[in-house]
Amino acid sequence: MTTEKIIHSILIIAVVSIVTLALRGAPFIIFGGKRKTPQFVAWLGKVLPYAVMGMLLVYCMKDVSFVSAPHGLPELAACAVTAGLHIWKRNSLLSIGVGTVSYMAIVAFLPLG
Amino acid sequence: MKNGNKNTAKAVKMAFVSTIPIFAGYIMLGIGFGILLSEKGYGPIWALFMSIFMFAGSMQYVGVDLLASGASLISSAIMTVLVNARHLFYGISMIDKYRGAGAKKFYMIFGLTDETYSLLCEAKVPDDVDRHTYSFFVTLFDHFYWITGCVLGAVIGTVVPFEFKGVEFVLTALFVSIFTEQWLSTKDHAPALIGALSTAVCLLIFGSENFLIPSMLVIIASLSVLKFIRKDKKNDD
Repeated sequence: MTTEKIIHSILIIAVVSIVTLALRGAPFIIFGGKRKTPQFVAWLGKVLPYAVMGMLLVYCMKDVSFVSAPHGLPELAACAVTAGLHIWKRNSLLSIGVGTVSYMAIVAFLPLG
Repeated sequence: MKNGNKNTAKAVKMAFVSTIPIFAGYIMLGIGFGILLSEKGYGPIWALFMSIFMFAGSMQYVGVDLLASGASLISSAIMTVLVNARHLFYGISMIDKYRGAGAKKFYMIFGLTDETYSLLCEAKVPDDVDRHTYSFFVTLFDHFYWITGCVLGAVIGTVVPFEFKGVEFVLTALFVSIFTEQWLSTKDHAPALIGALSTAVCLLIFGSENFLIPSMLVIIASLSVLKFIRKDKKNDD
């Protein structure tokens, strides 16, 4: 690698790190302070965790193709196992563990796609 | 000390137990990243610094392409905003929860990843455990797992055919279990549905590269409408 490439790479890493930190920190800088959090923002803060988990669920599925085989069935089946087990036992480690192992079993043993 | 009668050891233990799924996910995703990075000619030292300073899963994968193609700094910045804008939401819901965390707060904000946020946004801690100490150690453990995975991947490189196919699903399973727990613990399902449906619709319309920012805007708009409608109803009563 040339010195020039190394320096440019370091700068890219710095830019990505700083922008990421800025995005994570912006709400704290804008609304944090000593003042009371504005009412609408405080309300958003209460409902966003629910909306965000819905968003992240879909985000995890963004590269899954539902059009071509296996039509996202391994993912949907393993999600159903995780959610079902969680409703039954309310134990996060158990539902996450069994859900993940069942997904690994599905992709390993079923000749899908 | 401010938290003199709080049990630090218990907070650390709680943090460790709740981050076990993240341990599995971060190690595997980190290894994937490290392998990808080393294929482009960047060794373990690069993986180390990227995982320490960026500490962002999907963005580091994108970062590999930025480095390899020698992207301009402006386009690197724009790309980061596109991929990571969702973190603005995390900060908004942690403003009051992180209030009064003192010196730990800067690090906790720096390390507020998808997974750390998911654990902490709804975490219930017992009375004898200091919430901020617990949050700090969750962040620290997650960061440590991520660095370990990334460096390990870069060291292994392409030499060892390292594969546990499908283990990365553990992070999806983490989100599913938290989503389910939230669903069971509230009667108001409108925000969860708004989040999932807005994102799904935007994914269909804008495609998997560009759907995140439109999704965030639709979520904020829909939540605002929801608040407005409910206020109206309250006035009618």
